[in-house]
Amino acid sequence: MRHLFRAALAAALTLSLAPPAWAGTYDLTIGKAAINVAGRDQTAMTINGTVPGPVLRFTEGEDLIINVTNTLDEDTSIHWHGLILPYQQDGVPGISFPGIKPGETFTYRFPAQQAGTYWYHSHSGGQEAVGMYGALVIDPKAREPFRYDREYTVVLSDWHPDDSPRDILMNLKRSADYYNYQQRTLSTFLDDAEKMGLGRTLADRADWGSMRMVPADIADVSGYVFLMNGKNTDQNWTGLFKPGERVRLRFVNAAAMTFFDVRMPGLKMTVVQADGNNVRPVPVDEFRIAVAETYDVIVRPTDAKAFSILAESMARTGFARGTLAPEMGMAADLPPNRPKQFLTMADMAGHGGMDHGSMDHGSMDHGAMPQKSAPMDHSAMGHGPTHTMPDGSTMAGADHQGHGMTHTMPDGTVMKGESHAGHAMPQGQSMAGMDHSAHGAMASGDKDDPFYAPGSGLMPKAAEGGKFLSYADLKAIKPLYPDRPAAREIIVRLTGNMERYVWSINGVKYSDAEPIRLKYGERVRFKFINETMMTHPMHLHGMWQILDTGSGKYNPAKHTISIAPGKTVEADIEADAEGQWAFHCHLMYHMASGMFRKVVVERETAEVSR
Amino acid sequence: MNTSIRTVTLAAALTVGAILQPGSPARADAMDDAIYWHVQAEQVEMRTGEGTDTLAWEADGWIGNDDHRLAFKTKGENPIGKRLEKAEVQALYRRPISDFFDMNVGLRHNLRPDPDRTYAVLGIQGLAEQFIETDANLFVSETGDVSARLEAEVEWLLTQRLVLVPQAEADLSFSEDRKIHSGAGINTVELGLRLKYEMRREFAPYIGVHYERKFGATANFARDEGEDTSAVKFVTGLSFWL
Repeated sequence: MRHLFRAALAAALTLSLAPPAWAGTYDLTIGKAAINVAGRDQTAMTINGTVPGPVLRFTEGEDLIINVTNTLDEDTSIHWHGLILPYQQDGVPGISFPGIKPGETFTYRFPAQQAGTYWYHSHSGGQEAVGMYGALVIDPKAREPFRYDREYTVVLSDWHPDDSPRDILMNLKRSADYYNYQQRTLSTFLDDAEKMGLGRTLADRADWGSMRMVPADIADVSGYVFLMNGKNTDQNWTGLFKPGERVRLRFVNAAAMTFFDVRMPGLKMTVVQADGNNVRPVPVDEFRIAVAETYDVIVRPTDAKAFSILAESMARTGFARGTLAPEMGMAADLPPNRPKQFLTMADMAGHGGMDHGSMDHGSMDHGAMPQKSAPMDHSAMGHGPTHTMPDGSTMAGADHQGHGMTHTMPDGTVMKGESHAGHAMPQGQSMAGMDHSAHGAMASGDKDDPFYAPGSGLMPKAAEGGKFLSYADLKAIKPLYPDRPAAREIIVRLTGNMERYVWSINGVKYSDAEPIRLKYGERVRFKFINETMMTHPMHLHGMWQILDTGSGKYNPAKHTISIAPGKTVEADIEADAEGQWAFHCHLMYHMASGMFRKVVVERETAEVSR
Repeated sequence: MNTSIRTVTLAAALTVGAILQPGSPARADAMDDAIYWHVQAEQVEMRTGEGTDTLAWEADGWIGNDDHRLAFKTKGENPIGKRLEKAEVQALYRRPISDFFDMNVGLRHNLRPDPDRTYAVLGIQGLAEQFIETDANLFVSETGDVSARLEAEVEWLLTQRLVLVPQAEADLSFSEDRKIHSGAGINTVELGLRLKYEMRREFAPYIGVHYERKFGATANFARDEGEDTSAVKFVTGLSFWL
């Protein structure tokens, strides 16, 4: 009887330990190889010898065994971006595991418990920026809610032909405008003076000067060559189609620092998936893909001709270009870049709710600000750490939410707008109600994207008119979690000191910060408040960020949420993954200079037993 | 004193050497606390025109993380064919005190004029509004004399690479130090206007004008020595990073 019981128990154990489906073994080798995308051979760090690395193709439910062998003479790692897995398998050195030493093989083991388009990359130093990334596709067990005849992964990236990641960060620390060759000059000053008068031009320059910021600061790093599937515009990556076929393009933005605006002249793109999760199909003419995001679109070219896939950098410095064509060797014309974009006062920190169209910056006495306390709005002061003003005095951190005309300066100084007279804008800038091209777009029925500050210089506009995708358009087809209110809110202020090139969260950089602690099983709301003039794609490892687009239970779940300058964006997190996770801005040099947190998810019982 | 300067230089060189060693990429838990460094010769120039032609230099550098840095500054003037007229070196500890300003604390040593002098330095430098680079320093010399130096500079972009740089510097003393020909009050004012062409950020030749005027007792000392109390000079020079 006893033996029988033991045998039964053993059998039960064996059964439960047996793989539920099947196990797939994959081998990746990290090394170096020459690539030629800038007119000469240069050394890249590679996964299985290529940039990008191989497309990894898994099946939902598969038990994965991935052997990663490091042949470099430095530590490495692979992070599975967007995958839900045990934290020890997440691949962040110093958080998930110690990293992979030279000569070592590390074996990742986890089940593929989701489907969709994802990617993988090194999480060690600057390795990702020099080639260590690739697309990762998990085929679903169930049928997908859309149809297509063929598919391609489209990996966008940026390659710096001159400077290593270490040099880039060194240059930025030495001089934050090292890479900015789009600054305002005497000639733009004269143009503006001609357009709007000398007085207003001087006042405008004084405004920016008092903040010690420049409106041309859209990308911290310039000089990149942009790549599509590892090829530059001349090398023209090409995917074939037969006219009438539905082609699914799985876009991955694996760039270190570059946001891309993607369009395919002559084709409507139907967005069907964002960050690996299916969304209600949205036909668009253009979409912006933040660093680390993925979007799946379906196009249906009916003519037997070449269609360009144009991914233009947000700073309008170049394209990643590829082609869909009925046969190899075809290409459509490569258009010139659109005019440079400039940030506006709307993009400046803490401008929630400000009416720029009716605000006269010229009448503000910015020059006298640090000495004067009269125009400061103390009612706007709120929680948060103290800010230091240029004169060394400190004041409480300002609350940036919805204070009508409150003007919060990067140094914590707060002032109130005083005059409501209309005003002219300098060259290249646009403000709500001032930009005539914006009027044109509005007339054709296109609305401003609510995920950008009203009047933002980064406001997306389709190149050839029409629909530009907004986060507001993303609605989950099958919500991953039941809708329930968050138990608490965590303020995530995105902060930085551009001049020193130090980026931070809530004013504290990673090495000086305590982890964010979540209780296992709770739902929390992250309230992102972007107080900087840069756009930050915030990526949480291990758990979804359910982005509040106003769609309630159909809010989309994302692994990366891009927060535009001056905007507040909210997302819920179901803390269902015990362990410690990375949470950071995915711009490489923002992450590397401190815009990073460890998020710890712990069971409450652990607290009690202590 | 020269020995100690040599020691400081050697120590700095060794530190720089150690840091430039390539290492493994930082782990996530320390990557934002790396050591960086910068050395730039902002001015290495020939001043010609009124009086003696002079080679002048001004350079500085730092090494450290975001919060703690060791810094040096050096400047001097060497009239061609004559002995070194002015030369000073500062060794400083630097840390941020606000978003845009740093505090410097350390020592300054003047090799020239004779006799040499060592000073304690307390300074604040940073980017003021309207992008004005400012540097304000207070010095206390070994003889107990207190002096100050105020510097301001701004870069006006004519094009992305052609930059007009107005500069101003004022040196003042709160007491007389006869031995080094320094009076009480404003001693010297220097004004400069340089037009540089940034071929790279690291390499920018320039031309310009430099005006210097001595005041009060300092001017008297100069007159007694047969020196000019004011001079306008044409400058050609090079600004570069190491």
